[in-house]
Amino acid sequence: MLYALLCYNSEETVFSWTKEEDDLVMTRLGVVHDRLAQAGRLGPSLRLMPTTAATTLRKSDPPLVIDGPFAETKEQLLGFYVIDCADLEDALEVARDLGRANPGGAYEIRPLRLFVPGTLPADAASRVPA
Amino acid sequence: MSEVAWISAALTSARPQAIGALLRYFRDLDTAEEAYQEACLRALKSWPQKGPPRDPAAWLILVGRNAALDGVRKRSRQTELPPEETISDVEDVETPLAERLDGAHYRHDILRLMFICCHPDLPQTQQVALALRIVSGLSVRQIAKAFLVGEAAMEQRITRAKARIAKAEVAFETPGPVERAERLAAVAAMVYLVFNEGYSAGFAETEARSPLCTEAIRLGRLLQRLFQTEPEIMGLTALMLLQHSRAAARFDDQGEAVLLDDQDRSLWDAGMIAEGLALIDKAMRHRRPGPYLVQAAIAALHARAARPQDTDWAQIEALYGTLEILTPSPVVTLNRAVAVSKARGPGAALAMIAPLEGPLGSYFYYFGARGAFLLQLGRDAEAREAFDRAIALANTAAEASHIRNQLDRLMKDGSGAQAAG
Repeated sequence: MLYALLCYNSEETVFSWTKEEDDLVMTRLGVVHDRLAQAGRLGPSLRLMPTTAATTLRKSDPPLVIDGPFAETKEQLLGFYVIDCADLEDALEVARDLGRANPGGAYEIRPLRLFVPGTLPADAASRVPA
Repeated sequence: MSEVAWISAALTSARPQAIGALLRYFRDLDTAEEAYQEACLRALKSWPQKGPPRDPAAWLILVGRNAALDGVRKRSRQTELPPEETISDVEDVETPLAERLDGAHYRHDILRLMFICCHPDLPQTQQVALALRIVSGLSVRQIAKAFLVGEAAMEQRITRAKARIAKAEVAFETPGPVERAERLAAVAAMVYLVFNEGYSAGFAETEARSPLCTEAIRLGRLLQRLFQTEPEIMGLTALMLLQHSRAAARFDDQGEAVLLDDQDRSLWDAGMIAEGLALIDKAMRHRRPGPYLVQAAIAALHARAARPQDTDWAQIEALYGTLEILTPSPVVTLNRAVAVSKARGPGAALAMIAPLEGPLGSYFYYFGARGAFLLQLGRDAEAREAFDRAIALANTAAEASHIRNQLDRLMKDGSGAQAAG
């Protein structure tokens, strides 16, 4: 099976780290990342910008753009995309396209601050139900 | 992260909300601060044993309020404080309290707390010192260090500021939309002052002062979380991030200020730049640009240029034109002239700044820019005169030495020309 590990923490704390503190954490994590990457077990890994950089597209008809992160509690996180976009408008356009294909719920659009493509082998997809 | 570090980070981040709410209960800043201090002391005792509460701010508000009320009771009845165990029902009471602390409620508490620090009667330096003490929770020693004054002097400055605020009228009812917008604008200006206290420091003071930049960015993000749809708050945070992204490149090994054009751009912080650009994207969607957003957009054009010659000076000139309309000032015109000199040449720029000598006659940057334009036009003698006046008006050693370098270059080139002739 492939597992997603979703990272939660207090963003105010994490984004108050000094560069040295941040580097220290990333170095410690790097040891674990390297071990997983060498074993071909590390898939795409990423670090998000703070929620202050988020915009939410509520998939209503018509779709509604809201400043800020997804804040409802009635819905749960069910998946995510990583998409290369020119800017926020472009990302919103992609989100509207996806929303037309699958209305209901919302997309929170959050820029990345770190992206590691990972080392999963090409056949990794066969390790989840088809 | 160690336990102590976690607790201190949690106390710092809960501080504005907790003191803001305690201020609403007690309507007195000193009482609110004392109550918060007492709650922190109890947190340091209780959290390592019982684990952190689900909502640290709610815990601190409740415990702080009870502690302050106990204090009042103690003073009035001369009875002993109740034993620590009697406030251990906090866990039960915490839940409904946390539910009542919805965003709409506590954001007014935080805004009010920040707003009283920028009372118009207070000089700007006192506003900044007070905000750092009350909202950010820096110690008097830390603030004194950042302002390069003695601890006793800073203590006195803060006490005086507090005394002035105690006499002022503070509105505790929830502000209407107009008043809220006014408060938010004043608070944004104060946050930018905090940032500039750190950013305008010379090399020698950078270490002591640059924490003010990160603190201002933290306050900017806090404001943005509270008021998510305000493009000017997005613009303010973006502006601070983009300016601070250059911190590592702004001074050379000798501590000399390095001009934007000469900075090693590989030292710019790519993470801060990307976040700043993302915030500008968000803010632009609102299509009502304010001064912070326009300044952020200018900083973004510098940040996007891989090399100085890639800078889109025509666009920067246009943005300064917008800024001139939003906030007309000779300094903005001077900045537009610098963009004009890059986009259209020093002749046009020199003509533009000619009327500014009156209002900017004692302004370092005016003569620095004038000297640079004249130098580019080959009018060396006039350039030297302008540079001499700039040096006389320099506020920091770095400013003076930057101009002296240009003068040296002028002398060298001048003697070279003579030798060639």
